[in-house]
Amino acid sequence: MGMTMSQKILAAHAGLPEVKAGQLIEASLDLVLGNDITTPVAINVMQGFKNDKVFDKDKIALVMDHFIPNKDIKSAENCKTCREFAASHDITNYFDVGKMGIEHALLPEEGLTVAGDLIIGADSHTCTYGALGAFSTGVGSTDMAAGMATGRAWFKVPEAIRFNIIGKKPKHVSGKDLILHIIGMIGVDGALYRSMEFTGEGISELNIDDRLTIANMAIEAGGKNGIFPVDDIAVEYMKSHGNRPCKVYEADPDAVYAEEYTIDLSELQPTVSYPHLPSNTKTIDEAVSDHIKIDQAVIGSCTNGRISDLRAAAEIIGGRKISDGVRCIVIPGTQKIYLQAMEEGLIKSFIEAGAIVSTPTCGPCLGGYMGILAAGERCISTTNRNFVGRMGHVDSEIYLASPAVAAASAITGYIADPRSIL
Amino acid sequence: MEAKGRVFKYGDNVDTDVIIPARYLAIQDKKELASHCMEDIDKDFIGRVKTGDIMVAGRNFGCGSSREHAPMVIKEAGVSCVIAETFARIFFRNAINIGLPIIECREASEGIKPGDEVEIDFDTGIIRDVTEGRSYQGTPFPEFMQRIINAGGLVSYINEEQ
Ligand code: SF4
Repeated sequence: MGMTMSQKILAAHAGLPEVKAGQLIEASLDLVLGNDITTPVAINVMQGFKNDKVFDKDKIALVMDHFIPNKDIKSAENCKTCREFAASHDITNYFDVGKMGIEHALLPEEGLTVAGDLIIGADSHTCTYGALGAFSTGVGSTDMAAGMATGRAWFKVPEAIRFNIIGKKPKHVSGKDLILHIIGMIGVDGALYRSMEFTGEGISELNIDDRLTIANMAIEAGGKNGIFPVDDIAVEYMKSHGNRPCKVYEADPDAVYAEEYTIDLSELQPTVSYPHLPSNTKTIDEAVSDHIKIDQAVIGSCTNGRISDLRAAAEIIGGRKISDGVRCIVIPGTQKIYLQAMEEGLIKSFIEAGAIVSTPTCGPCLGGYMGILAAGERCISTTNRNFVGRMGHVDSEIYLASPAVAAASAITGYIADPRSIL
Repeated sequence: MEAKGRVFKYGDNVDTDVIIPARYLAIQDKKELASHCMEDIDKDFIGRVKTGDIMVAGRNFGCGSSREHAPMVIKEAGVSCVIAETFARIFFRNAINIGLPIIECREASEGIKPGDEVEIDFDTGIIRDVTEGRSYQGTPFPEFMQRIINAGGLVSYINEEQ
């Protein structure tokens, strides 16, 4: 029986000629990731190991991003714990203020995640790196600790759902709209325990930033990982970002899929997820007719804080004004993206329009700081979760959308269609 | 291994942001963290829960972030087992790795009522609703996970292997 792309990567890392869905395996890891929230817990767990050395100081990435620069004393203590751990174990890829970015924007940019890798991270959006053809998945801090100490982790081999992407992508429809559409279609547990494998000629319509956005939100459909085939666009990206040797795996022609869907990009519309689940999707037309007034717009996060996201937002915001009564917060995903946005004049157009631009941080995405909502407030956000209380008060509301939709909404004060503005 | 207690019941898609809101994640003290468990959807939970009590929920319990704080606060609050129709996968891993027993059973998730007295036998997966006098067959853990749980979580398991 043929294997899916995910199964092939798992088999290779477990040293097995073949694996089957449902099989429990132990596999060796190419990278173990943690952030400022999950790493201190993992460090604590590691102290319980008889052998508390790390397996490979080059294959661990620690990224301070959630509450950074430290928002309070407790987060400062957490980062200090991580910093001291990184120093004492001589961790090569430790990213602190000045060098950091939001982990899932940063690691592909640094070339730390490439095709064929097996990656675990103590952060649920670790699934992002599937965009480049890696098998990567989120785990908890105990798994992270075990991974740091042994370089290995246990996995239950997943079955897969295949998404066949066809057609041409209209302007102002983005990877975010595609993934929100898919989550709306299959539900927040539609891919539970499964891989989401994206294939088809439509893939070439999606740039790497779009693919990173899509793979990032696989977890929002309950997926174990999201993964893309490695085409010229992906190879080109990896060459210009770190140029680490990669290994390309392809699904067998006779691989078995639990389900298959075909999605025509040309039929997609900008899509919005209503509170309080990413699967509560409506098309932009429906959202516009609902006249939803907003108090805040957030453009950033590991989902949509990359350069093409900022360009899409600036194209709409540039030369216009943020609507009175709306706070618009723009957060570039990494220092490099920040700098590039500055060189391209995007930051200037945001600030002139009345938006604010923050240093890279998760900040409001998880209700940490930098844009917390009060009771009754509404935010349109390019982040990935709109659960109750995610960005602040339990009586606040988050609508998830693409950078273009968030930007258009920031300009008009209501959830708006970017196509009606340009 | 067995669990016995009174049931707190919740619906589908209980996410990690309501189990333990992100605004508390900088707190390292387990007791203090656990005092906020479930507060966004059930303010009374922490005041009422007793050691040994059981949580019963619907589909996709524990969806959302990878925070291990979620199963940890549930365990810390005294809950002896979570029964759900299905669990989100990272929550599932984390619960096993930290030694919070969880069990999947659709019929039990539908049939058990809030406040019922329930007993669970982890070796067989049998769930007994004492109040209603009904039994359900849950999915027992595969052997590999049983070994991790029997070792008392992943840390002890790895120490035994090393
Ligand atoms: S930006 Fe949001 S979703 Fe992404 S890693 Fe940070 S908190 Fe998590």
